[in-house]
Amino acid sequence: MTIDTIPTQTTSAPPTLDGMQLVYQAPEALAETQTHYCPGCTHGIIHRLIAEVIDELGVRERIIGVMPVGCAVFAYDYFNFDGTEAAHGRAPAMATGIKRTMPDKVVFTYQGDGDIASIGGNEILAACARGEKLTVIFVNNAVFGMTGGQMAPTTPAGMVTTSSPYGRNVELQGSPIHLTEMLAMMPGVAYAARRSLHSVAEIRRTKKAIRLAFDAQIKGLGLGIVEVLSTCPTNWRIDPSEAMDFIRDIMMPEYPLGEFKIHEELKKH
Amino acid sequence: MAITGTVVIATNRCKGCELCVHACPQHVLHLVSDYNARGYHPVVLDESENHCTGCSICAVVCPDVVFTVYRQASHKHARAA
Repeated sequence: MTIDTIPTQTTSAPPTLDGMQLVYQAPEALAETQTHYCPGCTHGIIHRLIAEVIDELGVRERIIGVMPVGCAVFAYDYFNFDGTEAAHGRAPAMATGIKRTMPDKVVFTYQGDGDIASIGGNEILAACARGEKLTVIFVNNAVFGMTGGQMAPTTPAGMVTTSSPYGRNVELQGSPIHLTEMLAMMPGVAYAARRSLHSVAEIRRTKKAIRLAFDAQIKGLGLGIVEVLSTCPTNWRIDPSEAMDFIRDIMMPEYPLGEFKIHEELKKH
Repeated sequence: MAITGTVVIATNRCKGCELCVHACPQHVLHLVSDYNARGYHPVVLDESENHCTGCSICAVVCPDVVFTVYRQASHKHARAA
């Protein structure tokens, strides 16, 4: 088959096929554009899950997304809702200001591991301590992706990165930070979970977790955070499907999946 | 009769990461040797044997949202059950 004969979808309305029922189409909250992410990068999957959840909740007109510094720095261009850009690590502080001045808006931050666990560690701790009504999507791919794959606070022990060429040495560089477990202990947090994207079942569980994190905010229960174990095939120097195996074999033993905190009100569903 | 479905692929958004190729339970997706506008080998549906069931697993794993999934209309009740 050549490219000329392949049917392509170029408009937002999906084509109708005779005798066929539409089972899946791109969510409305996701802009119909090409992303700058590398092939196989799971940022695209997380963007889609967030857009699907926002469509299900019907709050697209009320959403304000606060984007990080990192690979997802242009993420506001990839959604059909309002977004802004925070200084490195300061997304929870900026989101606090937006939410407090416009309490009817649904505000979420989208942050990588270098952003939230390293330079922005204080901002997220303070936001959780204050119990801000925010949703935080924490993308953990174990490296600083945008700057070339340097070691992050979340890099598992022994993992080779460009700044730890002999593997992360716990004696020298310390242990990886388990941020979500730490935040789950704080009273202001209504929902804290860690999910992964390495299989179809886990992608579906991730979507449910993102839904609960938004529910926590919309019901005014407190801060909802979802840590998503994701891949960086380019900087891990493996192909995208091997990167999914890397999550399962290397990252999941270090970062166990689960819901570390769930507010009683959220258990009713 | 087997459940049949099909996918429409936004070829120019595909980056050829092959996640869907490995995830497809029916093994009906593969990359073509031609290039799309961005210089990637995009994925296509092998329609010769009509084995696509419209399960939408490809759409779940795709990072670039290239799939629109369809299923034979008469089987919609079977799916809901």
